[in-house]
Amino acid sequence: MISLAGRDILHGWGRFLLTGVGLGLLIGVTLSMAGIYRGMVDDANVLIESSGADLWVVQQGTLGPYAEPSSIYEDTYRGIRGMQGVARAANVTYLTMQVRYADRDVRAMVVGVVPGGAGEPGQPGFLVAGRHLIGSRYEAVADVKTGFSLGDTVTIRRNRYRVVGLTRRMVSSGGDPMIFIPLKEAQQAQFLKDNDALLQQRRRTEANPLFNRPSVPGLLEAVIASQTTNSYVNAVLVQMKPGYDPDVVAENIQRWKRLQVYTRPQMRTILVDKLIATSAKQIGMFLVILSIVSAAIVAFIIYTMTMAKIREIAVLKLIGTRNRVIASMILQQALGLGAIGFVVGKIAATLWSPFFPRYVLLEPGDAVRGFVAVMVISVLASILAITAALKVDPAEAIGG
Amino acid sequence: MLRLFAVLVPLLLLFFYVALRSGPLAPVPVTVVMVETKQIRPVLFGIGTLEAKYAYRIGSVTSGRIKLIKVDVGDVVHAGQVVGEIDPVDLDERMSAQLSVIKRAEALIRSAQAQFRDANARKTFATGQAKRYGLLQSARAVSAESAEAKHQEAEIARASASSAEAGVHAARQEFASLKAEYQGLVKQRHNLLLLAPVDGLVTARNAEPGNTVLAGQTVIEMINPRSLWIDVRFDQLQSADLKAALPARITLRSRPGHIFSGLVERLEPLADRITEELLAKVVFSVLPEPLPPVGELCEVTVSLPPLQALPVVPNASVHRVDGRLGVWIIEGSGLRFAEVRTGMADRDGNLQILRGLQAGARVVVYSKSALHAGSRITILNSNRKELTL
Repeated sequence: MISLAGRDILHGWGRFLLTGVGLGLLIGVTLSMAGIYRGMVDDANVLIESSGADLWVVQQGTLGPYAEPSSIYEDTYRGIRGMQGVARAANVTYLTMQVRYADRDVRAMVVGVVPGGAGEPGQPGFLVAGRHLIGSRYEAVADVKTGFSLGDTVTIRRNRYRVVGLTRRMVSSGGDPMIFIPLKEAQQAQFLKDNDALLQQRRRTEANPLFNRPSVPGLLEAVIASQTTNSYVNAVLVQMKPGYDPDVVAENIQRWKRLQVYTRPQMRTILVDKLIATSAKQIGMFLVILSIVSAAIVAFIIYTMTMAKIREIAVLKLIGTRNRVIASMILQQALGLGAIGFVVGKIAATLWSPFFPRYVLLEPGDAVRGFVAVMVISVLASILAITAALKVDPAEAIGG
Repeated sequence: MLRLFAVLVPLLLLFFYVALRSGPLAPVPVTVVMVETKQIRPVLFGIGTLEAKYAYRIGSVTSGRIKLIKVDVGDVVHAGQVVGEIDPVDLDERMSAQLSVIKRAEALIRSAQAQFRDANARKTFATGQAKRYGLLQSARAVSAESAEAKHQEAEIARASASSAEAGVHAARQEFASLKAEYQGLVKQRHNLLLLAPVDGLVTARNAEPGNTVLAGQTVIEMINPRSLWIDVRFDQLQSADLKAALPARITLRSRPGHIFSGLVERLEPLADRITEELLAKVVFSVLPEPLPPVGELCEVTVSLPPLQALPVVPNASVHRVDGRLGVWIIEGSGLRFAEVRTGMADRDGNLQILRGLQAGARVVVYSKSALHAGSRITILNSNRKELTL
């Protein structure tokens, strides 16, 4: 038995293929949109993974350090390190800011980590070039997305840092690439005002008779010195000894240290459900609309393709072809169109995804789901055309 | 038909290539390095400010008003040079009054001496008379009454002479006391002068003539510019071998390209409890010319003695997986995670491996994404030391 659908496609294969490609580009957009959503979620997950922490210890009553500002004393970690079940604890600071390089600036999340220990919490997990921070100061490890390369000198606040290492996929939940610098400088960067502001602050302190007492020499200097130090960090990252329950350790720290502690699942909830919830919904809404539009376009294409050969279908009916054969021809064409569209869409999405400014994650699972959805949509879309084809009067073949 | 396949087949091939070469199914490009046994020389990096070893704060010991300041910031002064003066108020007048009192005391001494001479003369005469009358009485030429009267006169004259002598002594003591008092005033007057204790450079002028200063308040600050050193802070991490006499390289913030050589002069016995840093003093081998300003930020790199040869890997190859620190070893075409214990690191990021790795093993240095035991990898050309994946 000859394939009616195949014959028909071969008859006008160029047009069929072009239609498939056009549909494919639309499907590519839909897949990319799903990829963008997945990328956002992945950014949040990667932030959790890259910190290397099992627990986040932050200021009481805050959702820090990513979703809300938090500040705790820098020596808090000592007490936490002594708690049962804690293997390692490290201070960390996060600050999203513009990092200047030559005559441009890059939006980045500056992460202050305790240098020296490879594999310590907060350190970048892997590098693509260079080396980790060692005890040195004024060095930085940057994500390749910043566009920096090894040996570049970047300016963060008043200090200049030499890029000694490059890493990948170290981004904030907002998709900004990370730059790792030693903790002490990061504390300064977070706190340090510009020179003019410092000068004005000094002047204001000098003008305050409470601080500038003639009878107490040295008081003014002491006050100014105390104003220009920062003994705060944003969070303490905790890695646990194996065999301990994170919830129990978190509960202990919360109870005895009077601090807020988040475990990995809680942090994921904060990042995914709270921080990116609105933008995720936005993208989800757009994804739904795109799917509906794609389905409608497939339906119209199949319908117009069927309508274009309505006379031939009438002839088929006239010569006694069964309805099933005609329906299967239309269905096969719809599925073929869907398949070509999917293949083109997947290729297009993969090819253009690296050019997106934010990370686009195309998961194989999504591709499979997308394929099933395209096929289902094609089937549903062909129903309209099949109904129209089956309703056609065989007399039309010889009529007007 | 053929033409359709000519389009469809490449499309399908491209599709499978894209599906397998991107996303989670794609192999991870990695670079590999051979573990070497070699000596490393750890370095410590510190940050500090330029300070003067000897800094002087010159101030008044009494409260008062500044009369004059003779020097300005940047002036070179010599030991003993008067740099300023506190207004003496009435001290000069009190001194000239005291001088008059001293002169009066001198006159009083002379007067007492004259009285003493007068009393002495009377005493000599009365004693002679008493002696003569004594002889006359023994010859019964005068009455006993007359002889006794002369004897009494002689006694009175002796007592007057003693009193006059004591008067001279008292006048001398009075003179000495007044003179000492005057010298005290002179010293007080001298104390109002602000003097440079050593040869040095004036760094601050904190008060101006007419200002009132408290006792102890600093008026002029000066340093000995030859005694510049750097107050350096080193992170306590890996600083076990830091000690005095180690060579240091110093970079001043104002001269970033220039490296000065120096020496660790001493390691402070007290570390900073809050910042977790060690404090040390580093001196220049040769002082930079022109002298950098005190308080300038300096970076100091101290080279520690070389360590014994051990297997060494780049620190980028060390990862923590499931709480264990280790490296990814290439075995055949697969990966194995080997737990290691790490030692010291040097400035180039070479890390000693104390346990868990032998020289000659091939370990992953850079990877395009995080690795796990089942990761498919492609090894890129690792001849280049640094390769951006």
